[in-house]
Amino acid sequence: MSGIEFSFELERDGFQLNAKARLPGMGITALFGASGSGKTSLLRCIAGLERAGMGRLTVNGECWQDSAKGLFIPPHQRALGYVFQEAALFPHLRVRANLEYGWRRTPKAERKGNLNHICDILGIGGLLQRYPQQLSGGERQRIALGRALLNNPRLLLMDEPMAALDRPRKAEIMPYLERLHTEADIPILYVTHDLEELARIADHLALVEKGRILKQGPLAEMFANIDLPIARDEDAGAIIKTQVTGHDDGYHLTHLHFCGGEILVSRIERAVGEPLNIRIHARDVSLALQPPGESSILNVVQAVVTEMLEQGAGRIMVRLDAGGTPLLARITHKSQSRLGLERGTPVYAQIKSVAVSI
Amino acid sequence: MESADISALWVTLRLALTTSLILLLLGTPLAWWLVQTRSRLKTAVEALVALPLVLPPTVLGFYLLIALAPDGIIGGMTTHGLAFSFTGLVIGSALYSLPFVVQPLQNAFCSINPLNLEAASTLRASPLDRFFSIVLPLSRPGFITAATLGFAHTVGEFGVVLMIGGNIPGETQVLSIAIYDHVEALEYAQAHWLSGGLLLFSFIILFLVYRQNNRWSHP
Repeated sequence: MSGIEFSFELERDGFQLNAKARLPGMGITALFGASGSGKTSLLRCIAGLERAGMGRLTVNGECWQDSAKGLFIPPHQRALGYVFQEAALFPHLRVRANLEYGWRRTPKAERKGNLNHICDILGIGGLLQRYPQQLSGGERQRIALGRALLNNPRLLLMDEPMAALDRPRKAEIMPYLERLHTEADIPILYVTHDLEELARIADHLALVEKGRILKQGPLAEMFANIDLPIARDEDAGAIIKTQVTGHDDGYHLTHLHFCGGEILVSRIERAVGEPLNIRIHARDVSLALQPPGESSILNVVQAVVTEMLEQGAGRIMVRLDAGGTPLLARITHKSQSRLGLERGTPVYAQIKSVAVSI
Repeated sequence: MESADISALWVTLRLALTTSLILLLLGTPLAWWLVQTRSRLKTAVEALVALPLVLPPTVLGFYLLIALAPDGIIGGMTTHGLAFSFTGLVIGSALYSLPFVVQPLQNAFCSINPLNLEAASTLRASPLDRFFSIVLPLSRPGFITAATLGFAHTVGEFGVVLMIGGNIPGETQVLSIAIYDHVEALEYAQAHWLSGGLLLFSFIILFLVYRQNNRWSHP
């Protein structure tokens, strides 16, 4: 049976974890929530680093814990990879020995990845002879990821692997994480409290709140749901599946097609016909009742208002439907009254900028 | 040097080596247990281990003398008892030098980031494997300190040995006692040789330990 199915009840220092869900058995699932919501505790329970009094865990058909039967497989016997917030590299070992630590302990028959390949993917081939103290934060985190992958895991757990990094370091790691998406054929659980980050790498999203799984679903669906707490985030917005339909070399633009129309973005190196996910922040979408006249904004999409939600401070989140594709727009209360927006109002959505992800 | 002094030197070295080896073997699991345990016994055990630091050696020696006697708790298990024997000396020294080995080890184990152990456990390393592949190498400076302090402290021991060792040349007579005998007999020249030698030896050992540790802490 495919999927990661768990139910944990854990009480620690006044905090209660009571999480139960069945997450996809492949792809990257982001566990998103505020700090203190229990994301890390949940991940630690799944790894077996924390032993929940009442716990059950099955990973793609393999039972790792069932307190009812007294079954608890200790972490070192679970084929998993764990990337901690801080890289937690062994300071007395060189990078190569760090990378090979789990590999050497994997039974020969189960060894899949190989050192050279992982080094290529992560761009760490030149660091093998160094000690962890001689590496930058970003390099360390890449080694930690490589070490986890070389452990031949059947489940990869990542606990805010970029939380301790500054912006440039994050930007340095991001492409590797995106590549992981296509390279890794195992399920990945990725803990984060950064919406931007997960929008770029995750396929599936589970919201964690007060030690529970509040809701989960495919990324685009979750992002378009304005009733969820993530719709209140500054970075809220829709994720849209598009296809590259052509390039305009003269203007340095790329044409993307989606169900609701066409969108132009700055030239990207993707072949015609390739699928591409883009993200349109709600703050970057403005609404008009008439087709806008002369304007510098390239992207205007016809849509219909399907839902509106007051978010306080005079702000309103509007969910639009553009030919079957959901779009989000954050406007002011005043604009809503002025335009007389209500359910079913046809509008022109002007898109100020588009973030290209994955 | 007189032959009695040479055999005292030999007994001393043998005693110090045996004692520190035994203490490393017993002290390592004890120190690891002290670091890991959540047992209520921990505090009591820590206090017991530290006792030789504050007790006059004569107190420890007195009780050991009783325990090692042919009818004592430990001595009773043997045919002639262990007092005034080399084995008895080893037991006494091990107890007396215990804190000098256990405490540096405990400090070393304590300073290991638990994250390293968790990381190792997610990388297929069993608890024993983690101990040998992570804990031991990371506490190397602690082990060197523990071994040298245990060794040097045993070499410098006097009170306990005097109480339970008798003063049998070639068997239980150690350097510190040989010095005492020389001074009693007003043989100051020999006393100078031995004392100066011990002083220099102790300084060199401590100097080497501190130099090693300073190197490791500032790579």
